Amino acid sequence: MEFQAFLIKYAEIGIKGKNRGVFEDALLHQMRVHLKHIDGDFRIVKEQGRIYLQTAHYDFEEVVRAMQHVFGITKICPVVQVEDNGFENLAKAVADYVEAVYGPNAEPVPGMELPRSGRGPITFKVETRRPVKTYPMNSMEISAALGEAILDRADYMKVDVHSPMVQINVEIRQGFINIYSAEIPGAGGMPLGTNGKAMLLLSGGIDSPVAGYMISRRGVKLDATYFHAPPYTSERAKEKVVTLAKKVAEYSGPIELHVVNFTDIQLAIYEKCPHDELTIIMRRYMMRIAERIATETGSIGLITGESIGQVASQTMASMAVTNAPCTLPVYRPLIGFDKEDIVTLSKKIGTFETSIEPFEDCCTIFVAKHPVTKPNLHIIEASEKKLLPEIDEMVEKAIREAETIWCGFSSGNHEEE
Amino acid sequence: MKEIYLDHSATTRVYPEVAEQMMKIMTEQYGNPSSMHGKGLEAEKCVTRASETLASLMKVEPKELIYTSGGTESDNLAIIGMAEANKRKGNHLITTEIEHPAVTNTMKYLETKGYSVTYLPVDSYGRVRAEDFEKAVREDTILASVMFVNNEIGAVEPVEELAKILHTKRPWAVFHTDAVQAFGKYRILPKRMGIDAMSVSAHKIGGPKGAGLLYVKDGVKIQPISYGGGQQKGMRSGTHNVPGIAGLALAASITCKNMEEKNEALYARKAAFIQALGSIEGVYVNGAPGKESAPHIVSASFAGIDRVEVLLHALEGEGIYVSAGSACASNHPEISRTLLAIGLAPEFLQSTLRFSMGYETTEEELMETVEALKRLLPMLRRFQKR
Repeated sequence: MEFQAFLIKYAEIGIKGKNRGVFEDALLHQMRVHLKHIDGDFRIVKEQGRIYLQTAHYDFEEVVRAMQHVFGITKICPVVQVEDNGFENLAKAVADYVEAVYGPNAEPVPGMELPRSGRGPITFKVETRRPVKTYPMNSMEISAALGEAILDRADYMKVDVHSPMVQINVEIRQGFINIYSAEIPGAGGMPLGTNGKAMLLLSGGIDSPVAGYMISRRGVKLDATYFHAPPYTSERAKEKVVTLAKKVAEYSGPIELHVVNFTDIQLAIYEKCPHDELTIIMRRYMMRIAERIATETGSIGLITGESIGQVASQTMASMAVTNAPCTLPVYRPLIGFDKEDIVTLSKKIGTFETSIEPFEDCCTIFVAKHPVTKPNLHIIEASEKKLLPEIDEMVEKAIREAETIWCGFSSGNHEEE
Repeated sequence: MKEIYLDHSATTRVYPEVAEQMMKIMTEQYGNPSSMHGKGLEAEKCVTRASETLASLMKVEPKELIYTSGGTESDNLAIIGMAEANKRKGNHLITTEIEHPAVTNTMKYLETKGYSVTYLPVDSYGRVRAEDFEKAVREDTILASVMFVNNEIGAVEPVEELAKILHTKRPWAVFHTDAVQAFGKYRILPKRMGIDAMSVSAHKIGGPKGAGLLYVKDGVKIQPISYGGGQQKGMRSGTHNVPGIAGLALAASITCKNMEEKNEALYARKAAFIQALGSIEGVYVNGAPGKESAPHIVSASFAGIDRVEVLLHALEGEGIYVSAGSACASNHPEISRTLLAIGLAPEFLQSTLRFSMGYETTEEELMETVEALKRLLPMLRRFQKR
């Protein structure tokens, strides 16, 4: 089945009142950004609260994949367009469409789960819209007549106007007619760039890339901070994080990754503080440093991949203590997720394979056997005093010498945006 | 930062002459040796010349050389190809516990195909005992594969002696050796040593990656493991890797030139390095002393270092490149079978580095490495997981 266009559906943008134009423009911009990376002739048409992507010489799966990377799109509907050559022609085109998409010999459309004939009748109704009112029949009449045309052709179809399995949409426009029924799910969320920027604390694990994705999905741009500890962590561990950042950037747009050398701070903590408090104190310094970089680079929030109780440092008590040094809001989009849910999402967005590559992470090198799970803020603060005065300079140095790596969209030979 | 490359057993820098010659072949004599026209003939001549060079270095016939993609393919072709071709005579194979994965995993594969394999233990220097080998030879033994030099600790196997035992007890059985680490360090004359098949890799001796050869003695039964256009008498189909083959031959002749003198000098540097390493507290050198082990490999264990990658990366921070155990196995940190087989104390299994030198490695570089270790070890030992 050949589709000449896609109807791009978006939900929440529609209810944003005066901002609607801004959101739609952001969405169109992001669509263009993603389309630039694939081959084909594309034209985006915005009219009467609908966005159509007109396509030619394109690869179906590539376009769907690109559109699934655009936040704000809820549904992607492949559209068959026919010239308006009178009702007889239209009736034939609609029956052809039904046969091609739902018939016994229909080729499956990638990304779509469609009811197939052969397992009982497929119930349907036809819904006609007429933005161009010059057509000789009204909408109801057209729908009824097209329904008959379908029934004449396809014995596996059955009318059900109340709860049909499929709704065949027919849109009569100036000179041509759109036919569509099936929908491919989009990423949802809000168009990128409509909600400021946040700093993601990115590690090589499964959770933090997903956390970045979740926040970015709400229209937020991302930067990231990664802590490495050579020689305890390797160049390859860093490369892995760069790869993860690039994968998240396929959705979120370019990410500036700040790579902070954490070795001296980590060793100082290790040497001077009680071992069961290591991870907590370490994380507090990570939050402080990430916040400093965030403030200096225009981010207005921090993002972590924490979820309650996953490890000792992610109990409610531990997070209260690691949260304490921050003044920026800390967003933890995975907070109520089970590991399984996070893994599922990570597979869906394509970061899982990279996340499970086995490289030592700086959080895992010096872990105590029995870390505190209910740290007391006063005790932790007292322990941190032992790091004074050297620690302040160490933090300054770590921030000053942080390396910035631009992690952008990369697909094949294209490297930009 | 100055670079001190002590990972020659992983791979080597290509000799400039070799790179130059390969470039010329790729851009000028780029024909396919199988083509009938002059451009093909020109390329065929490159292969012929390479074969003559290599054959004369090994004192074998050019027709006894099969070009492959490297050590792994050579080992696979030798072991699977000879086992399959000789299975009418029996299904027992002999190898050692310290072979390269290219041999071990090929043997494991053959076990799933109904062959029976004996894995011989080694002594604390990593050497197979002749008595053990002799006892392992059975009525149905058809093939033995014993490496010439071990890639992790530089142990030198008594290949000539073992081949003789095999051929005396079972004249129809064939002897293969993986000489990837030995070629260019030892003058290996397969015919004189009773070796029926031998694997060689180009990139360990200043040649390109992706090129190697398998010597198979004329008359030894072997069958191909891949099928195609029938090049190399059907033993290894696929267009000849002409630049790779030429690069292999040139690298071999450069490496083998004055080999004995170069080895003397290398042994002297190795001795100095080992002595200096020994002056650091808690450093233990593995493998046989002096000339009983290969001239270019030094394996050392470090007391008080529980994750040797950290030491490796710390050395890297000083511009010094080494391997943890063997590079091929160290991406997935499993315990080295070689180190287990020589009975290394359990606390050292994760604390062992391999330093491997090339002929151009200098004594200064080795001494700088020792100095770096002296600087780094106390710091790293202070910060261990408790």
